[in-house]
Amino acid sequence: MSKVYKDATAALDGILSDGMTLMVGGFGLCGIPENLIAALRDSDIKNITAISNNAGVDDFGLGLLLQTRQIIKMISSYVGENKEFERQYLSKELELEFNPQGTLAERVRAGGAGIPGFYTKTGVGTLIAEGKEHKVFNGETYIMETGLKADVSLIRAWKADKEGNLIFRKTAQNFNPTMATAGKITVVEVEEILENGELDPDHIHTPGIFVQRIIVSRDLEKRIEQLTTRPKEAV
Amino acid sequence: MAWTREEMAKRAALEIRNGYYVNLGIGIPTLVANFIPNDVDVTLQSENGMLGMGPFPFEGEADADLINAGKQTITELDRTSYFSSADSFAMIRGGHIDLSILGAMQVSEQGDLANWMIPGKMIKGMGGAMDLVAGVKKVVVLMDHNARDGGIKFLKNCTLPLTGVKVVDMIISDLGVFVIENGTATLTELASNVTINNVKEKTGANFKVDENLLFL
Repeated sequence: MSKVYKDATAALDGILSDGMTLMVGGFGLCGIPENLIAALRDSDIKNITAISNNAGVDDFGLGLLLQTRQIIKMISSYVGENKEFERQYLSKELELEFNPQGTLAERVRAGGAGIPGFYTKTGVGTLIAEGKEHKVFNGETYIMETGLKADVSLIRAWKADKEGNLIFRKTAQNFNPTMATAGKITVVEVEEILENGELDPDHIHTPGIFVQRIIVSRDLEKRIEQLTTRPKEAV
Repeated sequence: MAWTREEMAKRAALEIRNGYYVNLGIGIPTLVANFIPNDVDVTLQSENGMLGMGPFPFEGEADADLINAGKQTITELDRTSYFSSADSFAMIRGGHIDLSILGAMQVSEQGDLANWMIPGKMIKGMGGAMDLVAGVKKVVVLMDHNARDGGIKFLKNCTLPLTGVKVVDMIISDLGVFVIENGTATLTELASNVTINNVKEKTGANFKVDENLLFL
């Protein structure tokens, strides 16, 4: 059975439903599945709970799904780059659950590995710890956090083979490989799909078992949030 | 004369030892990288998934797939490695990072830190700050001693929601340096032409004055 689909709309066909939980890879706008987010915006799916480190910017990334009010809840660690998010949150149109970034990453990792909960020092004594089980190990207090799973994970990688083995590129890796493990269905968009055997098996970041559907990205924008450079030194 | 931001960053750079793995926060802490002496071998970690962070790219050579935790374009070095967010925070939460230098809205005399939210106003989120202060071996706060409106930031107790409890080991402000050990803050260095009384007027926290106080 081929995992390769012709485009983002085809790859999302039959797996979306109102009220679904979605994981979306990326850090800021780096390594986000641009084509899949656009196809989701063009669908009529509503009441999405989105698990993603950030919320994009007003007119790009997950910001596109906030504009259309398709998201009702976000689980994120930092949302400071999005004015529309701020407006919807303050007017209570949008529910928000802040997770420390490492706790979010570990919750996703645990969910994907079949681990329902774990203990961490992160957040002890803060708002994050309220209502959570506390436990002392070797004289130090930890709080319990739970694993996270998603109905669908949308991620981006650099290269895939037809089996769905993936390689990521530089810091565009971020949450993508971990979220691939935690989706009941994981859809990936990549810059290039190769024949099986063309990727070195020793270099695979994500084994194909975690990937159900693959597309090639079209017209990737790869927008940069903070372009910082230095002048070329005179030789 | 209180220290400038550059002088504060330069002072913070002295906390970096040969062979350290270091995470620098957004804002003034980012400047610290400019003042690491050439003979100190340090590896900078960026919590979005990179060890061995290089300088900003040359004009025209920025790569959208290569950014730091402040979403700025950067470059890689010979030693660089990339990894997932889960591995990145295993380094941070597992105690493998030697030093974290980060900003603060408030610090208490016990070393409590508040730097992620102001209730009623927009809350941007804690990002990786709660993980860093919980897991990194040494936590240094680099901050202006007072808020822009003159508000006290180094307090008996924080009034803003906390990032971590008893997590700060050192404060470097524009007025001087405080070491916090076992719940007690000690002033160890003063910026040039700043007096102990100047510091007391601008501080809510109780602090001891080190008997070997350095006037810099």
